[in-house]
Amino acid sequence: MNSATTMDSPRASGTIDSPRASGAIDSPRASGAIDGYNFAYLDEATKRMIRRALLKAVAIPGHQIPFGAREMPLPYGWGTGGIQVTASILGPTDTLKVIDQGADDTTNAISIRRFFTRVAGVATTEHTADATVVQTRHRIPERTLREDQIIVYQVPQPEPLFRLEPRRTETKRLHALADYGLMHVRLYEDIARLGHIAKAYDYPVMVNGRYLMSPSPIPAFDNPKMHRMPALQLFGAGREKRIYAIPPYTDVRSLDFEDHPFRPIRAPHVCALCGSGDTYLDEVITDDAGGRLFVCSDTDFCAERQADTAKEAAE
Amino acid sequence: MTPHRPEAGGLTPLLEAQGLNLRFGAIPALIDVAIDITAGEVVAIVGESGSGKTTLLRVLSGMMAPDAGTVQWLGQDVLAMGEAARRRLMRTEWGFVHQNPRDGLRLAVSAGGNVGERLMAVGARHYGSIREQALSWLAKVEIDASRIDDLPRTFSGGMQQRLQIARTLVTHPKLVFMDEPTGGLDVSVQARLLDLIRSLSRELGLSVLIVTHDIAAARLLADRILVMRRGRVVEQGLTDRVLDDPQHPYTQLLVSSVLAA
Amino acid sequence: MTAPLLRTKGLGKAFTLHLQGGTHIPVLGDVDLAVHPGECVALWGPSGAGKSTLMRCLYGNYGAGSGRIMLRHRGADIDLAAAAPRTVIEVRRETLGYVSQFLRVIPRVATRDIVAEPLIARGMNRGEALARATTLLHRLNLPERLHGLPPSTFSGGEQQRVNLARGFAPFYPVLLLDEPTASLDAANRAVVLSLINEAKATGAAIIGIFHDTEVREAVADRLYDVLPQQDAA
Repeated sequence: MNSATTMDSPRASGTIDSPRASGAIDSPRASGAIDGYNFAYLDEATKRMIRRALLKAVAIPGHQIPFGAREMPLPYGWGTGGIQVTASILGPTDTLKVIDQGADDTTNAISIRRFFTRVAGVATTEHTADATVVQTRHRIPERTLREDQIIVYQVPQPEPLFRLEPRRTETKRLHALADYGLMHVRLYEDIARLGHIAKAYDYPVMVNGRYLMSPSPIPAFDNPKMHRMPALQLFGAGREKRIYAIPPYTDVRSLDFEDHPFRPIRAPHVCALCGSGDTYLDEVITDDAGGRLFVCSDTDFCAERQADTAKEAAE
Repeated sequence: MTPHRPEAGGLTPLLEAQGLNLRFGAIPALIDVAIDITAGEVVAIVGESGSGKTTLLRVLSGMMAPDAGTVQWLGQDVLAMGEAARRRLMRTEWGFVHQNPRDGLRLAVSAGGNVGERLMAVGARHYGSIREQALSWLAKVEIDASRIDDLPRTFSGGMQQRLQIARTLVTHPKLVFMDEPTGGLDVSVQARLLDLIRSLSRELGLSVLIVTHDIAAARLLADRILVMRRGRVVEQGLTDRVLDDPQHPYTQLLVSSVLAA
Repeated sequence: MTAPLLRTKGLGKAFTLHLQGGTHIPVLGDVDLAVHPGECVALWGPSGAGKSTLMRCLYGNYGAGSGRIMLRHRGADIDLAAAAPRTVIEVRRETLGYVSQFLRVIPRVATRDIVAEPLIARGMNRGEALARATTLLHRLNLPERLHGLPPSTFSGGEQQRVNLARGFAPFYPVLLLDEPTASLDAANRAVVLSLINEAKATGAAIIGIFHDTEVREAVADRLYDVLPQQDAA
């Protein structure tokens, strides 16, 4: 975790020239990293279809747009939706960051990053600040995203009403009529049983005051980051074949009750590595004797803070 | 609570339907049916299975479109209404009590949540007050307050039906459609439920349009009665007159077939 | 003499039994009856002559086959024979009471509430209505312990007294009584007589069927003959 350009170097295969140097950005044949694949794996027609869905999604914030999800060379549940969205928006000059639960160095993150390195030849990074596209599973980076960045969420279940109303035709109707009493029933049930709203992740939000949306299984702690975020937020669900989006600076409100307001929750500790007291923490079991640590879930943010502290100490 | 006081005959009806016709293929389900109901009135639609009474209820509540005819709610054309407007009506000024409580309840949601849903659907966002209203309605339908967080699937059939009624009435609808609300219940449970419907409708000044094949229930609850047969209203009028002095051969058969109605 | 509260003109009634091959049974023909305020008229005639049928026609329970039933309601005469169901319901709530021979028991409803119900329907507040119900039930010698119970398990006489309390409670201007003392003992019969006389004193018009000669002579101002119809079928 010490290099900005990662261990899985794009130049490792050595089969083509650098994508940044290539002038033929939109020429699928010229810019693929390995022979036989189109740039970023998907064929151009598929990418166009997905981009059309994306445009529609941006035009109707929070509304789920069906799309013809393709079979990808990894199983459903591994981020096939996010990957297809990323593949459709990626250009050769982009720098991609992939995180899984906040970490750049987990299996899923590494696999996806390596995939795009091989099929698109794009640069990758672990630094949030250096990325133009961030694909994520289950977290939003701690560092505030900028207008020139796009975040792509992997979504297992795009339908926020899924557990309450199994009929697709009915949930579509409920969305069309903005009939969202049902979701509040779910929150009511939590308070009735547990005294508080127990949804700690995938906490439902209202987008632009119109559509109820699943934020994907990010912790509720991250929900406030979605509200009026400068970066474009895109959501892809591969198995469920749905795309949705939140344009920059859009209102995103977490559902709640007047007398039980939404509260982002985090473990009441400081990070054992960087000392941060306001970031989302993972609990790490260190031994069989009950030893545990709380550390930042955002590995990049944590590493930066540690480096800063070390620099200050050195000065 | 204001007592049950329907006004004189000249009052404009809440719901008014005229010339309703509907066919299912070759089978006529409704033939020239007209019906109206005023505030505070309880109207029963009786007839054997397949007589078209449930179809009539579905058409009147806008769930099904007729081939011809009009349905007006307070002068508004129900059939021309958009689905959004109709749904809004269905969860504010109207209520629907299904024969099978499982069609009207969310079995995976607690009793309190079931009662609160309509409130939340119309914008209630204060947990404490939603819960308070749920408790008060459970008391009205004689469900113990301690059951508020239990799932309806742990309730008996009669309790489920009472819960469905509480869930329907919580938003104080003006008109409630009931489709065989006592069907499938034990006789003793039926009596309790009928009494509850009777007292609530009087207390709240509710209009109720009830479909039933239970003549005794119709006599107990209804001010007026319509007798349907093969899609036609063959006789209608004051409940006790239709039942005690039936004119149409079919009504005479219906009444004479009942044990001690 | 003041105008009658209830007056029938050419009232007729026949039954057609479709289930018995359309048998036509005429029961009443050309009934002309007038009852004035403070007057009690006893229907008189042999068993089966149609006295109960006439009562039921007057209450609107049976539809009139022909003729008119003029009733003073809200200060105007209306024809009950042609009135819409909603009007009949309103008339029954405000003007016209009926004590039938048998109480129609409503499951689970307490005796006290059965008696108070017509009062509440007329707009009396619940407390006042229940108090009046309790007083009347006491007067008819129904012990307090029975007031909270539904009358389904009561004896015939007890049920009849509940029925009477319910009929007399609202002070209807026009009251129909079908054998009000049939299953009562002497003491309760006396109570009913005084209830009838009190109602007359307040100006009520009463029509009754009284098989008991003693009762009839005590309350009836005159008799009205109900004659059996010739079998026209």
